[in-house]
Amino acid sequence: MVVGPDASISDQVPVGEPPAEAEGSQKAIEGRSLGQIAWRRLKRDKAAMAGGIVIILLILVAIFAPLIVNAWGYDPNSFHQDAMDPATQAPLSKFPWGAFDSKHLMGVEPPFGRDIFSRVLYGARISLLIAFLATLLSVVIGATLGLIAGYLGGWVDWLISRAMDLFLAFPILVFAIALAGVIPDKAFGLSGDTLRIVLLIFIIGFFNWGYMARIVRGQTLSLREREFVDASRSLGARSGYILRKELLPNLVAPILIYATLLIPTNILFEAGLSYLGVGIRPPTATWGGMLSDAVHYYTIPHYMFWPGLAIFITVLAFNLFGDGLRDALDPKTR
Amino acid sequence: MIAYIIRRLFGAVLTLLIVSMITFGIFYLVPRWAGGTAEDLASRYVGRTASPEAVAEAAKALGLTDNFFKQYWDWLHAIFAGRDFIFGGSTYHCPAPCLGYSFIGRNPVLPDILDRLPVTASLAFGAAIIWVILGVSTGVLSALKRGSIFDRAAMGFALGGVSLPIFWTGLVSLVIFSYGLGWTARGGSYTPIEQNPLDWAYDLLLPWITLALLFSAAYARLTRAGMLETMGEDYIRTARAKGLRERTVVTKHGLRAALTPIATIFGLDVGLLLGGAVLTESTFSLPGIGKYAIDAITASDMPKVMGFVIFSAGFVVIANLIVDVVYAVIDPRVRLA
Repeated sequence: MVVGPDASISDQVPVGEPPAEAEGSQKAIEGRSLGQIAWRRLKRDKAAMAGGIVIILLILVAIFAPLIVNAWGYDPNSFHQDAMDPATQAPLSKFPWGAFDSKHLMGVEPPFGRDIFSRVLYGARISLLIAFLATLLSVVIGATLGLIAGYLGGWVDWLISRAMDLFLAFPILVFAIALAGVIPDKAFGLSGDTLRIVLLIFIIGFFNWGYMARIVRGQTLSLREREFVDASRSLGARSGYILRKELLPNLVAPILIYATLLIPTNILFEAGLSYLGVGIRPPTATWGGMLSDAVHYYTIPHYMFWPGLAIFITVLAFNLFGDGLRDALDPKTR
Repeated sequence: MIAYIIRRLFGAVLTLLIVSMITFGIFYLVPRWAGGTAEDLASRYVGRTASPEAVAEAAKALGLTDNFFKQYWDWLHAIFAGRDFIFGGSTYHCPAPCLGYSFIGRNPVLPDILDRLPVTASLAFGAAIIWVILGVSTGVLSALKRGSIFDRAAMGFALGGVSLPIFWTGLVSLVIFSYGLGWTARGGSYTPIEQNPLDWAYDLLLPWITLALLFSAAYARLTRAGMLETMGEDYIRTARAKGLRERTVVTKHGLRAALTPIATIFGLDVGLLLGGAVLTESTFSLPGIGKYAIDAITASDMPKVMGFVIFSAGFVVIANLIVDVVYAVIDPRVRLA
């Protein structure tokens, strides 16, 4: 945006439109949906596209981890004493960064020689599963409550807004630690990893809806005063219909943006909980859990390097893509 | 203004009550939903080796067999009046303000937490000073030189910074700077400031820098975004149009408005950290409140964990209160009505 004495006139005219528009004007003028515009912008954003590609690769790796490990690697929980130095009990590595041979790509971890490559791969499953489902839960709770608060107003809005403030001000990590700590090994008819995964999804999802609700509420407040909502209401539409068919489609963009940006936060969150020992329990492979073991073996740098790098790349990819998505969908940014 | 502060104070007390109720619910209701009985809970407090009779007696003495509201009331009452637990032939006295009594450590929880507060406070305030200076100045410069090499590099680093987990950067920096190069203190070292301020700073240097770098990244991004938005406002154009110097426009008109939301987030972050920088403290083995909580969880010492949760929630609520009041002072747009 041009700021200065001469900006008042030029502001109204779109300056610096790419010349590509010229060839389009020869045909009939086509209306483009928000999705199409966003996609065109996103395609031009190299960083966001790189992030998106990494995300797709990560999801594929997570889904097919057992197949990949089967074809080229080892079981994440089997021991490999052959890759350990019998005298020092330290992993042997023949190549930099821990690689031992063509199958132990990232070397093995002390003290039993479990394969780091397959554990990092399996860690992606837990990390992405929890992050995605927890985000979904936050989005469902947050969007529903935000929509209701913004649309109904009055005491409902007051109540939901206060709950929102409360959850936004919560020391989430502290509560998650407390909750993860009090649940016994068997509960709700579940046990072991399944219980911990379900638990983490609920904890992370349940405590994180505040921000989403605030965004959706703010947007709903301004949307409900718009003419198309009035028009719909005067045609006899009921509140439920207006919420679902008139308001929700207009809220897809902000919900999508903040959901994408919530995923990396949740990945860090799960890794943090597992690192602290209140998340997924060993021997199941998680990135946070691997780092928490690696603390005791700081003389073996490759042990802490790979899981940390996995967290970093995953979170960075989601952040890049989320930032790009926001720029592409938000008309204010360009 | 006074009326506003009083109203906010009432709000804060109410929030604390609700937070304590939720916390209480987590510790007393959730285990029951998960299928635990009063005896199961009591056995955590008297140890797994105790006889069934001793466990039943403890469950009764601790009030675990009472209904939720009675238990909550007793717990709330103990904060103001203290509480005695009598079972197994001994009396455990928890003086007011009683946030809980650890039957494993055989001591009240609150004094322990307060003992550790200076460690956490040193960590939080030291890091906060670094990250505010570094983060905000980077953000402002980036916004003013938008699109420049500095902006691109700074934002690239910032994006990397917000994608890094503190427990990994902490670990890696410990391995490099402490165990490798020997420049900084090893994990687990802490000297109280009143003993030797130089050693205090030396021991905390690495945790400060590690924590501050991650927060700086987030603050640089926030400041840049806020600054860009503010500098596009009409009143900035007006300020320029009436011939003010660029520096005045940036500092008096731009920065002030852009920094108000940052100040809010800053208050909350410091409050959150004061309630226990759990990840940082466990990575650097600093004997602060967060480490206390993690040790308590490892030992399944639930009264300690619960005391910690209430304590740190209290910090966040207080931080919220201070932030709201400060906000009303520095932002003329906030209406006090």
